Amino acid sequence: MSLWKHHGKLERHSLLLIIGIVVVVSIGGLVEIAPLFWLQSTIEKVDGVRPYTPLELAGRDIYIREGCYTCHSQMIRPLRDEVERYGHYSLAAESMYDHPFQWGSKRTGPDLARVGGKYSDTWHRDHLVDPRSVVPESVMPPYAFLASKDLPVSDIRAKMQAMTALGVPYTQDALDNAVTDLQAQADPFSTDAVALRKRYGAKVVNRDFDGDPDRITEMDALIAYLQMLGTMVDLRTYQAAEPANQR
Amino acid sequence: MSESQREKDAVSGVDTTGHEWDGIRELDNPLPRWWLWVFWATVLFSVGYWVAMPAWPGVKSYTQGMLGQSDRRAVATALADLKTQRGASAARLTNASLEQIESDPALQAYALSVGQSVFGDNCATCHGPGGAGAKGYPNLRDDVWLWGGSLQDIQTTLKHGIRSGDPDARMSQMPAFGRDGMLDARQVSDLTEFVVALSGRQADRAAVGRAAQTFVDQCSSCHGVDGKGQQALGAPNLTDGDWLYGSDRAAISAQIHYGRNGVMPAWGQRFDEETIKALAVYIHANSGQ
Repeated sequence: MSLWKHHGKLERHSLLLIIGIVVVVSIGGLVEIAPLFWLQSTIEKVDGVRPYTPLELAGRDIYIREGCYTCHSQMIRPLRDEVERYGHYSLAAESMYDHPFQWGSKRTGPDLARVGGKYSDTWHRDHLVDPRSVVPESVMPPYAFLASKDLPVSDIRAKMQAMTALGVPYTQDALDNAVTDLQAQADPFSTDAVALRKRYGAKVVNRDFDGDPDRITEMDALIAYLQMLGTMVDLRTYQAAEPANQR
Repeated sequence: MSESQREKDAVSGVDTTGHEWDGIRELDNPLPRWWLWVFWATVLFSVGYWVAMPAWPGVKSYTQGMLGQSDRRAVATALADLKTQRGASAARLTNASLEQIESDPALQAYALSVGQSVFGDNCATCHGPGGAGAKGYPNLRDDVWLWGGSLQDIQTTLKHGIRSGDPDARMSQMPAFGRDGMLDARQVSDLTEFVVALSGRQADRAAVGRAAQTFVDQCSSCHGVDGKGQQALGAPNLTDGDWLYGSDRAAISAQIHYGRNGVMPAWGQRFDEETIKALAVYIHANSGQ
């Protein structure tokens, strides 16, 4: 077989071998990943998914910075026990504006895909400050320092712009009002909250997330993000039996 | 490594690969037959898999496969099966009233077991594994209830929550008297003494006297003139020994100053009607009510 002779050439030239490996591996990627970008059934058609508010986006960055994803997944798989425990299985549409997505791959702690609204803000603060004060068997490290760190707001517009480059449809209006929107969401008495809701939907609630009304901390941002998770889509209107939604 | 000619090894009679490393040559044995067969079998299996299961992407959609496999359909079926497995008791839970569930031992036992498992997964996070509560999270095992401890009251609280944002949520607000400047520090400390006295403990008499009018003006509309509270408003009884945020002077004064308002999430959208009923029966059965 003459093919085997050529194989000898590949094995003797490291550059040729590298090129060969890259070609073979990218075939796997092309077949498994690339079609997801053009297949119409990849992302379900649902109402309610919106880009993150500036405060939520800042909270998401803290979530990533602190490595929450190493212990918490955000992906409820379509399995009976998961749906029974965490709620409706996750939809692709729910992470369509997530760059990078936070599905995770390990659950040392519980899945967080539908944690929004499950506990009170106070519980989240108590739990982040000292996890074992509310969940005695928890192995989560404490994040008390978040409550004393002011949330930097000057770069929020740039962060949103970066998201726009990745395909998140922030409007010019949303970009221009990034800082006001961020401050409005953390203030229960804000007069800008009406405009915030106009831009991001009626479900957005402006309140003092961390129990410290005098300033906006990283704790505010993280709790705002957690309380939003899994709450955007009204799953009662999701047509689970539609052939397009079956996979 | 030097190139040399393929030759037959004298000892084994097998061809060598023709390579030589420091005088060591390698026999060119064929792959084991069993290994080769397994390899070709997996290749064949993958072809069968492409036909049977969703596999190849197309322009608009993907090949669905002849078995019609769908994880989402499978989980819908599994959940429907679960409903069937739970059987007659679960179905009766739907139609029975809370009182009927509680008075029927078989149905109550079923509700209790459902309630226990749901409680452990969702409620214990705040109220503790046994429901004994903690500072800021009410004890559900005693007979002290902020918003009422009847079966119906518990069901309503579960369904709509407290200050949860649900349109039918239980709603009231303890003002932050100190922080928002409604009372000065002196008045807050006098009022603290007054509340301590209300609960039957030793307090500074002069301070209690100074605070009496303040209590009537500021507190009595919710907590009552006698300080016994009002369940319709979730205003706690200040005369008993039960304190959500702590019983010492520092805790009472902090509550007057900051006016913390606990939030209980609404579970009506997370759980179906039967689960809420089972939970209400479970919580009611384990309380001192």
